[in-house]
Amino acid sequence: MTIVRPPISAAAGSRPVLDVAKLRAEFPALQLKVRGSPLVYLDNAATSQKPRAVLDALTRYYEEGNANVHRGVHYLSEHATAAYDGAREKARRFLGAKEAREVLFVRGTTEGVNLVASSFGHANLKRGDEVLVSAMEHHSNIVPWQLICEERGARLTVIPMNRRGELLLDEYEKLLGPRTKIVAVVHVSNSLGTINPIREMVRLAHAKGIPVLVDGAQAAPHLPIDVQALGCDFYTVSGHKMFGPTGIGLLYGRADRLEALPPYQGGGDMIRSVTFAKTTFAPIPAKFEAGTPHIAGAIGLGAAIDYLGGLDREALAIHEQDLLRYATDRLSALPGVRVIGTAGHKASVVSFTVEGVHAHDVGTIVDQEGVAIRTGHHCTQPVMDFFGLPATARASFAFYNTRADVDALVAAVEKVQQVFGA
Amino acid sequence: MSDLADLYQQTILEHNRRPRNFKKLEPADRSAEGDNPLCGDHLTVYLRLDDDVIKEIGFQGSGCAISTASASLMTAAVAGKSKTEAERLFHDFHEMVTGGPDAPADPRVLGKLAAFAGVRQFPARVKCASLSWHTLHAALAGAAQPVSTE
Repeated sequence: MTIVRPPISAAAGSRPVLDVAKLRAEFPALQLKVRGSPLVYLDNAATSQKPRAVLDALTRYYEEGNANVHRGVHYLSEHATAAYDGAREKARRFLGAKEAREVLFVRGTTEGVNLVASSFGHANLKRGDEVLVSAMEHHSNIVPWQLICEERGARLTVIPMNRRGELLLDEYEKLLGPRTKIVAVVHVSNSLGTINPIREMVRLAHAKGIPVLVDGAQAAPHLPIDVQALGCDFYTVSGHKMFGPTGIGLLYGRADRLEALPPYQGGGDMIRSVTFAKTTFAPIPAKFEAGTPHIAGAIGLGAAIDYLGGLDREALAIHEQDLLRYATDRLSALPGVRVIGTAGHKASVVSFTVEGVHAHDVGTIVDQEGVAIRTGHHCTQPVMDFFGLPATARASFAFYNTRADVDALVAAVEKVQQVFGA
Repeated sequence: MSDLADLYQQTILEHNRRPRNFKKLEPADRSAEGDNPLCGDHLTVYLRLDDDVIKEIGFQGSGCAISTASASLMTAAVAGKSKTEAERLFHDFHEMVTGGPDAPADPRVLGKLAAFAGVRQFPARVKCASLSWHTLHAALAGAAQPVSTE
């Protein structure tokens, strides 16, 4: 098989070497032993581990700053409000948004997509209209659109990909038609690792006046994000995949886009005034944040952003690309092992199959060696169908992983082949 | 490794490699589909009945070694049995794979199905082992909806 080398060619030797051991020491979960072996955590695309700084921020908020936001006039409420709004400003910088009011706190990427699908769909989709998604979307960027399409009599259309797992841009351009009302596309594929050319895709859509939502769940932990440079209309991420807490995420929407949308949920905090006859809504972002928000989560996510901001992200990216190459080469060298997703531009995600062994059995056996990977369809059943596979095993790397982790995975896969006599 | 050897016993590996009764019955008196959405296992169980007796049984689908071997051994175990006997076996099998470490796995009752006793040490895999049985149960009950382990 062909191994496509990622384009980053910077020699690791020309930069200070990343002190991975020092980084690992900041993650309590990475010190765990599992089934008698040190944990080798290679399921980062499902969720990342959390650094001490994030855990401390959560505890500190609950111990020293807990109050509701945007309500009380008392000391603690002011304190919590300042911390919550401060986290929004951190998120603005992280995403490269122009204004903090363009950044909404949501539960995660799934809620971000649902919010846009529902609010945008109700305002804009009519019978016969089209929503364009890609062949490599996570179910969370398919199902919300199917639901609203069904309700509005609209249609889902799909950008095809090639066998390497790269979207076909020529086909994409042709699919951008007069009925296309929005494009919803993933930045980095969770099951294939492909990094999509979002900037170019946005340019092509905007040339026809079509807005673009980007699912950035897998991009946030690996790539610097700049929504203004990408030019996208909406961008959404999950905190827990970028070293922050679960239950919190971000939805960026360009101010004019968000202002034009109807609210997603009704409740407290999102109103200007309420009578039984009529309610007027608060300006953005409050219009889209009904009810008491996940204050601790937002503060914890802010701490994760600070943590990432304190690291040399270019050095992290070079390290992750080294892990990607090393894992791809070592796994591909095993007889009967096939890497699925060989795009030219990839994040550190390696999906693979072992001949004669179902992915689920691979997962159970490597787990006995303390190696945590994901097995199954990765919430991308259409991707599995495209490759004619029921499931794959997936190792996904974060900056705190090492070549030794890859070696442990490879040894565990060899054990799988022993058990199955493959 | 001992847990792993308990799970992947030779009988199981052998039935995974060469599943018995891996065929569609045409025509079938009953059939039912089963899905395990967690890992994408999918299978269909086909039955020919003679009154209350399972005269012939087949299955098709794709899944992990545990679910494939379980379906294979199940078809061998229930062929020729009455509905009540098959349901009784399902009950005993279910007790074995969901029970604690000391749950009985009596080979006199369960025969070759006792090979699945190791599954109880792997809670994440219980659904793999029981998918075919739930599907058989649905086929016997004549259920119209596909069954799911979720």
